[in-house]
Amino acid sequence: MNQDQLLLKLKEIITPYVQNEEALKDLSEDTDFIKDLEINSANLVDVVLDVEDEFDIVIENEDMEKMLNVKASLAVIKEKLNA
Amino acid sequence: MNKRRVVITGLGVVAPNGITVPEFYDSLHTGRSGIQKIDELKSLNFSCQVAGKPMLKEGYLNNYFNKVQLKGLAATGLEYGVIAGVDAWKDAGLELTENGPTNFDAGIIFGTGILGVDKFREAIYKVDEGNVRRLGSTTVIQTMASGISAFLGGILGCGNIVTTNSSACSTGTEAVLLAYDRISSGQAEIILSGSTSDSGPYVWGGFDAMRILPHKYNDHPQEASRPMSATASGFVPGAGAGALVLESLESARNRNAKIYAEVLGGAVNSGGQRNGGSMTAPNSEAVQKCITKAVHNSGIEAHDIDAINGHLTATTKDPTEIENWTIALQRKGKEFPYINSLKSLTGHCLAASGSIECVASVLQIHKEFIFGNINCQDVHPDILSVIDDSCIPNQTIKIAPKTVIKASFGFGDVNACVIFKKFYD
Repeated sequence: MNQDQLLLKLKEIITPYVQNEEALKDLSEDTDFIKDLEINSANLVDVVLDVEDEFDIVIENEDMEKMLNVKASLAVIKEKLNA
Repeated sequence: MNKRRVVITGLGVVAPNGITVPEFYDSLHTGRSGIQKIDELKSLNFSCQVAGKPMLKEGYLNNYFNKVQLKGLAATGLEYGVIAGVDAWKDAGLELTENGPTNFDAGIIFGTGILGVDKFREAIYKVDEGNVRRLGSTTVIQTMASGISAFLGGILGCGNIVTTNSSACSTGTEAVLLAYDRISSGQAEIILSGSTSDSGPYVWGGFDAMRILPHKYNDHPQEASRPMSATASGFVPGAGAGALVLESLESARNRNAKIYAEVLGGAVNSGGQRNGGSMTAPNSEAVQKCITKAVHNSGIEAHDIDAINGHLTATTKDPTEIENWTIALQRKGKEFPYINSLKSLTGHCLAASGSIECVASVLQIHKEFIFGNINCQDVHPDILSVIDDSCIPNQTIKIAPKTVIKASFGFGDVNACVIFKKFYD
């Protein structure tokens, strides 16, 4: 899966949690989940669980704590997929 | 109608750092933590493997439950609640007769978040195995939320309101205020108020899954709960029960009862999950309103307050809570009252936290001290930008607080705030 495909998948996963739909239209690597998309911080856990299900990977606490924006999330997912 | 004065005449507690009031007082005074490593949490792959769990000695339950009640008892919240409730009742010098008359002037408001989780687990297994006939007669009474008020009601023979309130982590403080309202308005003379919370992985698991518990202190359990600290990384789950006998001053005088303190009043409200508030985060405007309303309803001024017992769970929300206190009370820097958080010593006892912390607040007035916070030598810089370091005692100080304010906040964006005062005739 290339970067664009990954980004598309991630977008699909986070969409139900997004409270600022406008910001979703301009989704890029620099998009922050809480500041830009206004995802409730409590829901970040659910995003991670959905990512685990979608990619069949396990994300540890330390990695999870990094997943606050698109760029970091993609990096974690790629690392796990290549592991 | 003029409000009647309401006083506290009995206390009971089952806390991670003390299962009787004297033991609990000693722990507060000396800064003894009740947080320990729980092996079961490790074997179940919890991130946070430490908790504040009350330790009941073997056979201790025999003092509170009869043989039939003990059979198949698997509801820790019920156990803690009955112990704390009965202890408070006895401490108030009230009668405990098995076959006495119903007391229609006495009631119970004893809250919980969830009850009898271990019993419920047993039941689920049996039901799934198609073995429902083997559940026995006590599954319902151990797992219904009001099981705790029902049990206490039967043991104490109460004939006024007997109910269980539930408002997440504000439950216990709310119970005290509901009892206060009922007595001050003349609808009851005595109410046993309090709250309880089950212990164990099935209660704590949901919080672990939310990643809001600390996971870096598994080998240093007593350092894990760090309210107000710059290195706070989540709340330590706890359990237990607190109980307070509230009574009309008239009734207490007629009985010649010992009076711990007076309840001046308080307020409960909700932030409506708007304006920064959510299911899990408080709306600051509502928190401030709850505090100012509590002060107003109590007929005091903000500068009368000597000490605050905060909600302060050791999450990133602690600095916000302190800021809310400074705004609501209009007191900052060195003018801010003393503040402490029991959670540094017990963890967050969830639905039981409010009542256990009310017991601690009342003890401070009665025993004339302010207990110290542990694990916050490194106070969060955002806190120090609004209040002075000297307001946060690291050790117990010998100052007799006359007026103590206590607040609790819960999931669902709900708040409760109560004010206790030294009793003067």
